[in-house]
Amino acid sequence: MTTIPLQDRVRRTARRLALTAGLIAGTIGPAAAANLTVACSALGTESDLCREAAQAWADETGNTVEIVHPPNAASEQLALYQQLLAAESPDIDVLQLDVVWPGILGDHLLDLAPHLPDGTLDGHFPATADSVRSGDAILALPWFTDAAVLYYRSDLLAEHGLDVPETWDDLEAAAAVVQAAERAAGNDRFWGFVWQGRAYEGLTCNALEWVASEGGGTFIGPDGSITLDNPAAARALDRAAGWVGTLSPPGILTYAEEDARAVFQSGDALFMRNWPYAYALGQSPDSPIAGSFDVAPLPRGAGPEARHAATLGGQHLAVSAYTRHPDLAADLARFMTSEAVQRERAIAGSFAPTRPALYEDAAVLEAAPFLAFLPATLREAVARPAAVTGTAYNEASAIVYGAVHDVLSGNADGAARLAEAHGDLMQLSRGGRW
Amino acid sequence: MRLPPAYRLRRHAGRVAFYAVVAGLMVYTLFPFYWAVVSSLKTGPALFDTRLWPESPSLANYVAVFTEQPFARAVANSAIVAGATTLVSLAVAVGAAYALGRIRFRGRRTVLMTILGVSMFPQIAVLSGLFGLIRWLELYNTLGALVLSYLIFTLPLTVWILTAFMADLPRELEEAAMVDGAGPLTRLRRVLLPLMAPALVAAGLLAFIAAWNEFLFALTFTLTNDQRTVPVAIALISGASAFELPWGQIMAASVIVTVPLVALVLVFQRRIVAGLTAGAVKG
Amino acid sequence: MDRARDAGPLARARARTAWLFLAPALLVLVLVAGWPLVSTVWLSLTDSRLDAGHQARFVGTDNYLRYGPAPDAWDEEAGGYFVYDDATGAALLYRPDTDAFYDWDTGAALAGPVDRAAVFAWHGLLADPVWWRSVANTVFYTVVSVSLELALGLAIALILHAHLPGRGLLRAAVLIPWAIPTVVSAQLWGWMLNDQVGVVNAVLLDLGLIAERIAWTAEPATALAAIIAVDVWKTTPFMALLLLAALQTLPNEIYEAARLDGVHPVRLFARVTLPLILPALMVAVIFRTLDALRVFDLFYLLTSNADDMLAMSVYARRQMIEFQDVGAGSAAATAVFAIAAAATALLVLIGRIEPEGRR
Repeated sequence: MTTIPLQDRVRRTARRLALTAGLIAGTIGPAAAANLTVACSALGTESDLCREAAQAWADETGNTVEIVHPPNAASEQLALYQQLLAAESPDIDVLQLDVVWPGILGDHLLDLAPHLPDGTLDGHFPATADSVRSGDAILALPWFTDAAVLYYRSDLLAEHGLDVPETWDDLEAAAAVVQAAERAAGNDRFWGFVWQGRAYEGLTCNALEWVASEGGGTFIGPDGSITLDNPAAARALDRAAGWVGTLSPPGILTYAEEDARAVFQSGDALFMRNWPYAYALGQSPDSPIAGSFDVAPLPRGAGPEARHAATLGGQHLAVSAYTRHPDLAADLARFMTSEAVQRERAIAGSFAPTRPALYEDAAVLEAAPFLAFLPATLREAVARPAAVTGTAYNEASAIVYGAVHDVLSGNADGAARLAEAHGDLMQLSRGGRW
Repeated sequence: MRLPPAYRLRRHAGRVAFYAVVAGLMVYTLFPFYWAVVSSLKTGPALFDTRLWPESPSLANYVAVFTEQPFARAVANSAIVAGATTLVSLAVAVGAAYALGRIRFRGRRTVLMTILGVSMFPQIAVLSGLFGLIRWLELYNTLGALVLSYLIFTLPLTVWILTAFMADLPRELEEAAMVDGAGPLTRLRRVLLPLMAPALVAAGLLAFIAAWNEFLFALTFTLTNDQRTVPVAIALISGASAFELPWGQIMAASVIVTVPLVALVLVFQRRIVAGLTAGAVKG
Repeated sequence: MDRARDAGPLARARARTAWLFLAPALLVLVLVAGWPLVSTVWLSLTDSRLDAGHQARFVGTDNYLRYGPAPDAWDEEAGGYFVYDDATGAALLYRPDTDAFYDWDTGAALAGPVDRAAVFAWHGLLADPVWWRSVANTVFYTVVSVSLELALGLAIALILHAHLPGRGLLRAAVLIPWAIPTVVSAQLWGWMLNDQVGVVNAVLLDLGLIAERIAWTAEPATALAAIIAVDVWKTTPFMALLLLAALQTLPNEIYEAARLDGVHPVRLFARVTLPLILPALMVAVIFRTLDALRVFDLFYLLTSNADDMLAMSVYARRQMIEFQDVGAGSAAATAVFAIAAAATALLVLIGRIEPEGRR
């Protein structure tokens, strides 16, 4: 990785000292109060929590903050950021990012290390903290985390005397039994298993779980080597292709998260792969499945290297490299990802903290009981290879989900299509050198 | 007029078929809107229900649109942007259409084709160039940015429509005024413009609706809620968490913005008809 | 006579007046369209990217077509191109200065000869099968939906033009789809066409028209049909309104005369109405065609977005924004422009459009 010249290190230390002194004196930044703009989600509670936290910081520091809402859809949100950042626009100071974006946005993000006190990343899950580092640089601060889980209908499994599936084989067997029974009972739109099969980032997440759980790796190794073309991965994809039209609706090829939830929450599916957000919605009083479903880790594969695997999601806060107030913006991001704010967000909005300590906090667990289950999942979580691929991540992901979608559509078998994707990734990365 | 019975029978059959086609058309065009209305009256899991009538209709979504979302502001912004775009387009296009429709000069055809060419560029392709321009003019995150960028698609449309109408107005009208010594500007204002009312309304309406519905530029060139327009506001209507789509509220918002627009269109439709009967002097 | 009128002081004065009247419109268009247009064409000739700190180079027409190693496989450090040999799976380095191949990892010169034909390939937009598939999708969509819109729009315009009962109702009805923002209507239809909870499947099942639920947007064939249905629903009012405006400018005398002569309505339509409204009709068709060739939202929101379900604009956006490859994306955008221009030229030729109108 990059070594930082001594001169820079000295400068960095000097700045840090200045910053600390500033914090102590209570007057950071320019004499006049600054106005900072934070881009964070437009979504209900999330938006309110973001506003409150930013306002608390503003009140404390005597600055003002403005909240702007980027589009909800991840790809449009990224496009807006790219457009603004490529134009070196100072319109946004602090921005909310998906976990796979720091690499994509790269140098458009301010290296926070010189602007923050040492040890800012202490107290986060080590894996999460690693994911925002690039060498000595800190590109973002972890805000909340997410990991996919298996939703299952506890009432239906009990009715048929079935256990929560431990392996994909178990899941297939249980799904077949219950689907046949439900259909015989008259619900002709009942399906065994719903997930996300549309050709988009979500499919890369799904496929990563299938492949990793069979011991087939993470498509691209941590060193950048291309690993996706292996028998376990091919087996995993061929297995998933077999679900389409049998255990999963044919339309699964266009499903994103909400499409899957629509089916599951209507009571028309036994299993669902989704993020934790669907839990609270499914348990809402007017939900037909309230009280009759639960969550478990996603199943593992069959081979000797099989394991549980859940794709790691979540969001970070980063600072634009073109901000006019780097120190203040960094401090705002630090404040908003601090333990106190994360605790508040967990209690009020069920956002999974990136700090292990908060999973032992009684108030948090009382407000969001299902969070108790998350550390176990997070331990098994697999990260997408976004750090190593850098700015090419989207392209690499498109090669992966393109290949997977082809296999799911029945246009090709797993092994052949993966070999082709291997060549594409080799070409894209110049032999794994990214 | 007396018709032979066989012909009359055929006419009856034709009538029935005709009304069947009209009925089919009505279902095709109206059902999706009806479904939007029905969906806007549902909340929670009832949205996943496919019965054609809401079980327990509720106005909660309509209330939520105005209380939970910055929707009223967005409606005002959209009205300002679409109105200004329409006015500017018409004002600029009338002059251009006069030159193109009523004056013979070299390069006329080239100009017309160039203007048409402007409307060929995919929005996605001009996006980055326009973004640079708007930042350079310091219009980023203002309604002016939208008015300016919308001219790219409203202007060619209005110029072409007005040119076609202008060219069709009889030459004698202007010649009479010319004899009286009126210059081109006077002739345009006094003689042609009054006859152009239906064309102006039609072109204006097309421009207004195109501007009202535009999404990509509005999303890219504005940032804060107080500058956002209706399509962006609707796209940003959000549920409690990242993947949840608050379908009921989106539909309520769509219904709210559609109804006045349709009313507007209907009002002006009558005007088109009225204007045209007056314009039927030629022949 | 026209030739004579094009010269002389009078003609010059006329031309001056014309350009004066045109000036504001041309000024606006140069500003908002000319500049972005030129900048996009220029970007398509460079290897610009959205990444920070990337120095764009002029690469000529490489983004369109180029034979040899992939342009973005250039490795400054190695002084050559990375080449992946599909046949053997070997990673090679090709150095243009020596015109020879080396092992990528060790840098050693290769002992045996390398099959250039297997290793080198055509690159760029015009060599990308995904691009051609998106062209085919878009053209098919355009031809079918514009034809349907023309037929339906004409029918609606004729109904609205004739003084038939229920006209007002129909007029209100056809305008509704058009007034709904495209973003919303795409989502609305996506919801209605949902295979499990969509109302379309529910109604068709109830009516017994289909035996089981159809995943409309999952299969390329049904997805295209669904997109066309949505587009026709959405934009026929545009067509109908333009055609109605044309119909209403037609002189009543012709119809009076034809009625007195007992001309059959169909014959009257084919011989009189159609030729008279043809110019307006062609203008409407051209605008709709241009619009349809640039389609974005419908494909983007309604399909699976798999490689075989892209439209040209979706492809361009994917290159430019998602893959951050501004050069390649601009090349695709320029190509969309070229295709639209060609289509327009064709329509102008076929329709023999005379912008001066009829006198």
